[in-house]
Amino acid sequence: MKTRGKILVVATLLLAVVVLAGSYLHSHPIAVLQPAGQVGTKERNLMIFTASISLIVVVPVFVMLGMFAWRYREGNPRGRYDPKFEGNGRLEAVWWAIPAIFITIIGVITWNSSYALDPFKPLQGNKPLHIQVVALDWKWLFIYPEQGVASVNEAAIPVGTPVDFEITSDTVMTSFWAPQLGGQMYAMPGMNTQENLMAAKTGDFRGVAANISGSGFAGMSFTVKSQSQSDFKAWVGAAQHSGSKLTDFTYMNLARPSSNNKAAYYAAVQPDLYDTIIMKYMMPTDGGDSVDAVGVSF
Amino acid sequence: MLLGHVAFALLGRLGWNQLPPNAIAYGGAAMVVGGLLAVAGLITYLHRWKWLWKEWLTTQDPKRIGVMYVIVALIMLLRGAADAFLMRAQQSVSVGSNQGFLDASHFQQIVSAHGTIMIFFVAMGLMFGLINLVLPLQLGARDVAFPFMNASSFWLFFAGMALVMASLVLGDFSAAGWLAYPPLSELKYSPTVGVDYWIWALQISGIGSLLSGINFMVTIIKMRAPGMSLMKMPMFAWSVMGSMALVAFAFPILTVTLTLLALDRTIGTHFFTAGGGGNAMMYVNLIWAWGHPEVYILVLPAFGIWSEVVATFSRKALFGYTSMVWAIWAIVILSYTVWLHHFFTMGAGADVNAFFGITTAVIAVPTGVKIFNWLFTMYRGRISFRSPMLWFMGFVVIFTIGGVAGVMMSVPAIDYQVHNSLFLIAHFHMMIIGGVVFAFFSGLSYWFPKIFGFRLHEGLGKVAFWFWSVGFIVAFTPLYVLGLMGATRRLDHYDASLGWQPLFIVAGIGAALIGFGVAAQVAQLVVSILLRDSNRDLTGDPWNGRTLEWSVPSPAPFYSFTKQPVVQVRDQFWADKQAKKSHKEYEDVLLPKNSGWSVAVGALAFTFAFCLVWHMYWVLPLAFVGVVVTLVVRSMNDEPEYVLTAREVEKLDQAQARKVKEYEAIQS
Repeated sequence: MKTRGKILVVATLLLAVVVLAGSYLHSHPIAVLQPAGQVGTKERNLMIFTASISLIVVVPVFVMLGMFAWRYREGNPRGRYDPKFEGNGRLEAVWWAIPAIFITIIGVITWNSSYALDPFKPLQGNKPLHIQVVALDWKWLFIYPEQGVASVNEAAIPVGTPVDFEITSDTVMTSFWAPQLGGQMYAMPGMNTQENLMAAKTGDFRGVAANISGSGFAGMSFTVKSQSQSDFKAWVGAAQHSGSKLTDFTYMNLARPSSNNKAAYYAAVQPDLYDTIIMKYMMPTDGGDSVDAVGVSF
Repeated sequence: MLLGHVAFALLGRLGWNQLPPNAIAYGGAAMVVGGLLAVAGLITYLHRWKWLWKEWLTTQDPKRIGVMYVIVALIMLLRGAADAFLMRAQQSVSVGSNQGFLDASHFQQIVSAHGTIMIFFVAMGLMFGLINLVLPLQLGARDVAFPFMNASSFWLFFAGMALVMASLVLGDFSAAGWLAYPPLSELKYSPTVGVDYWIWALQISGIGSLLSGINFMVTIIKMRAPGMSLMKMPMFAWSVMGSMALVAFAFPILTVTLTLLALDRTIGTHFFTAGGGGNAMMYVNLIWAWGHPEVYILVLPAFGIWSEVVATFSRKALFGYTSMVWAIWAIVILSYTVWLHHFFTMGAGADVNAFFGITTAVIAVPTGVKIFNWLFTMYRGRISFRSPMLWFMGFVVIFTIGGVAGVMMSVPAIDYQVHNSLFLIAHFHMMIIGGVVFAFFSGLSYWFPKIFGFRLHEGLGKVAFWFWSVGFIVAFTPLYVLGLMGATRRLDHYDASLGWQPLFIVAGIGAALIGFGVAAQVAQLVVSILLRDSNRDLTGDPWNGRTLEWSVPSPAPFYSFTKQPVVQVRDQFWADKQAKKSHKEYEDVLLPKNSGWSVAVGALAFTFAFCLVWHMYWVLPLAFVGVVVTLVVRSMNDEPEYVLTAREVEKLDQAQARKVKEYEAIQS
């Protein structure tokens, strides 16, 4: 009776947890599992597949753990005690083999998916939209070289069109991540990385800086606005009429540390701004990093 | 003006303005200073300074050094856990317009300190502590190969720990994450002393770890009891050998990496700066070329502990001994080939990512084999579910789930979606707490009676286990979900619209449950000490053990063995018990004398590092020369050892036997 009471309590608790968790998850989106673009979708499918086939190792382990613990517990007369049973070549071969098979499958998946989902690989479809992304302290600058506009913390993209993000940083290293569209990519000063993504749905998708980058890091998020072709054109048009221009000087002001910035738009961008930002770090001396500049001498 | 110059020359960057900036930081500082004063006061009150110095601080006995490691590590566990509670508390309230009680920089310091402390001063401390306690005894050796070096390693570890704690009182700590990636950790972006504290704490304790690695390696190779061929060693010794091989090759990488970063910060070189020709990606590669082996440095001895615990409590020999040895060495080799999986998202090509993804997944094979072998050690055994065995049960469940998450993340295309997220945090806490910390707790309650002569309170041990396990699941399951929702690690604040708050609160409740587990462990220790007379281990073999450490009385005498044992088979002690063999013989014993020089090494290393952090440059040559002189003077000592004659050993042994009789009388 006592045991039954305990089981009842535990079962009730578990049920309560399941109900609460279920209702919570029902009302809250899980970005990675509810992707809005093909890259994210493939990555999610891969995740679910890998987790499922790992059951060929997990299930035997859990079943044996429970069974052996119960059957061979001290004081159970039904469990046979055989202290000499301390090795068996055939059995051991089986459990070198089970994880080996599992890992072979994972290995093939790894190889294929690394090529198929290489973030640098252009996506099939219309002519891609080209966006240059600059991580700043602590906001994201998006430059549209073909449209001649730029924006802060907001990137509009046309739905169903591949987008080729080129990514760099004009401060410390951080990571560019819009989970509903697909995986992340590091943004690093003096480096140019790439991420090819495409939205399958319209909507506002959250993006973040995924790697710690200083005190404003937690607020360094952006919105990807996936829009119809005409809405996108309207967005570009609105930016073009926003008045302000992104020149050397305005960029210098923008690049100063600030946090929790609202979206902002630039009607024009100095050509080659993105390349200048990267090349700055290639110069033999930049002054910014030298010890003297911070007023500390040896 | 002149005064300012003099002060700068003498004190460098140190000044009144380096005291804690706000009430919470003052609280931390007060706890450090108050704790120190309380301990010092207590020792003075009890007139124990001389005793402390002679019996403990200057000891060269690995068992006592082991105890000191464990004490420091457990105190640091309290500090690291306090950091964790502060983080979860902040994340439970810092939503929307509420900014919480910690500012971003303070929060990030706490995050960085938590990671640094838990790995370097808790996990490593417990590991070296347990190795010191157990390894020589298991090998039938009285000591490690280099006793003075062993004591110095401990004092370097202590100096590193002291630096981290000093940062609570003077200046600040690194806010750049536990591995301090540049450019964020460069002077331009982290101009305060925080990162310097981090560098030198790790540098000093890292050198200690490297010395320990070499020491234990040589101990295993040279100091085994006669007849104990490698394939007759206890599995714990094998696992330590694998781990120490990793230490010997991985820690030099850490030393070099930290040196380069320190040069960038102090003399303006450009190894890792952004600009000036520096390349931060080099740092990321180097730090993980150390960092990934580090994971296995911790987990291999943990696996060794499981091998001992499962065999003992199932009353069977370890299943598949040879397989286990091969699995250890497969892990050792493979662990050097996977470091890039920590940064698949840095833009390497598909072939590079695929290569490192596959090598990563391959490690799951030997690891899986080990789990199956433990399960089959239980098969047809007589399993007694004492608390060390309970920790093992918890370990299998948690480690397997965490392992699946790990295999998932080994696929680069999946990693892109979970890297830097709380999913990753949940994964590696499952591996390091479930895999490593649980093993060390298990090992501590398993070997405790051997060192102290009485068992830990079993009931409170079980309470601690259940709080830890349930709390652990409650604390980390929400993190998997949060990670998939797009929550990144190290967030001091988030938007209310995301709806994450309930999950963070649940995670916080889990952390509180773990806190109860820690409290239960503290209570367990106190209660066990108070009730020690009813918990005495009179036989020296409280668990019906298999290996040589159980053949000596408890607490293990400082000379360990009255006569060095001779080994014919694996689990020699078990075989002797089956054959009902027992013999008492005595021999002259050579033991290291106590030495204060190893304390001096630690103290001078601390001085050197502390003054470097604060730019008190005039002290550096003095401290450095001091270390060199210390080592030279100590090397000149022709008689670092003394002989305990067979007669004295016999007397001591019989005295201990009489004491056991007394305890027997008390207990009956």
